[in-house]
Amino acid sequence: MSASDTGHQEHPLSIYLWIWILLFVLSTFSYLVDYYQLQGALRWNLIIIFMMLKAGFIVAIFMHMTWERIALISAILVPPLCLLVLIILMSIEGKYTKFQRATYFGLEEAPVVEHHGKKAH
Amino acid sequence: MSESSGQVAKGGVVTELVTDWGEDKEVFKVHWGKAMMWIFLLSDTFIFTSFLTGYMKVRTSSTIPWPNASEIFALSFGGEPIPLILIAIMTFVLITSSGTMALAVNYGYRRDRGKTALLLFITAAFGLLFVGMQAFEWTKLIVEEGVRPWGNPFGAPQFGACFFMITGFHGGHVSGGVIYLTYVAIGVLNGRYEKKGYDIVEICGLYWHFVDLVWVFIFAFFYLW
Repeated sequence: MSASDTGHQEHPLSIYLWIWILLFVLSTFSYLVDYYQLQGALRWNLIIIFMMLKAGFIVAIFMHMTWERIALISAILVPPLCLLVLIILMSIEGKYTKFQRATYFGLEEAPVVEHHGKKAH
Repeated sequence: MSESSGQVAKGGVVTELVTDWGEDKEVFKVHWGKAMMWIFLLSDTFIFTSFLTGYMKVRTSSTIPWPNASEIFALSFGGEPIPLILIAIMTFVLITSSGTMALAVNYGYRRDRGKTALLLFITAAFGLLFVGMQAFEWTKLIVEEGVRPWGNPFGAPQFGACFFMITGFHGGHVSGGVIYLTYVAIGVLNGRYEKKGYDIVEICGLYWHFVDLVWVFIFAFFYLW
């Protein structure tokens, strides 16, 4: 906490270099998820884990959030929690809309069938 | 509750929070520009999350299968097309620029003007490279594949609208960031911040890292889903 009292964010270069390497590794991992065409729950979990780790390191280290005072941290990180409500509501709404469409208009096939690959959604 | 002279709050996180808000003084003990940049980024978070949520809603409610990003964004270098390779390279370009930006902030506070300006210019150059690759991607999709905001040959017609809206807004942020970084780099070179201090480098760094942060989410939700 004490580093934040002056508002002066100066930290050893090695921290940045380590996080930089880590971000490269995590990006490679998330690319490999697609490259090896992992599917289903495994794919989703890996994508979300790598995404959250990357986002966390960028905010915590590169944007210096770890060294800020709690007043600033809470002012920035608490309001986005409202967005979770929006996301949950819209995911319910999306399923409902799809259900209605499938019931009244029927499911359709993709217009072009030359693209094969992952289609199980 | 007011504690008049507490610079360092004793007694943990809650006391610190209450003290910072309870004093009749500024709440955020940082450069005002930094606090404002954080608040701007908070509002930007809401904008991008709204876009991504809208995309999720449209995609989950579509009865027509969603186009396969892995194949659409594949690129072949003479041989077999490599899936999503262009987007992977763009991701690495943006992360590289984030690293050079972090170093620029560090050298700024050490008042090493030459290195700070150089690192800022490198960051801006990577940003330009990213925008250039995005322009290539857009051109390929519009001209060769015939993707439009109202339809495309691969599947759900909403794909185009989501793609152009989300990546376009992000690309706009990157372009704005390149201009901002160049302006600050020239200022650093000219010694514009010798008296004011080098907080400006950290502030534009926050903006740049945020652009990278948004890309992390776009990469996961738009390209990998």
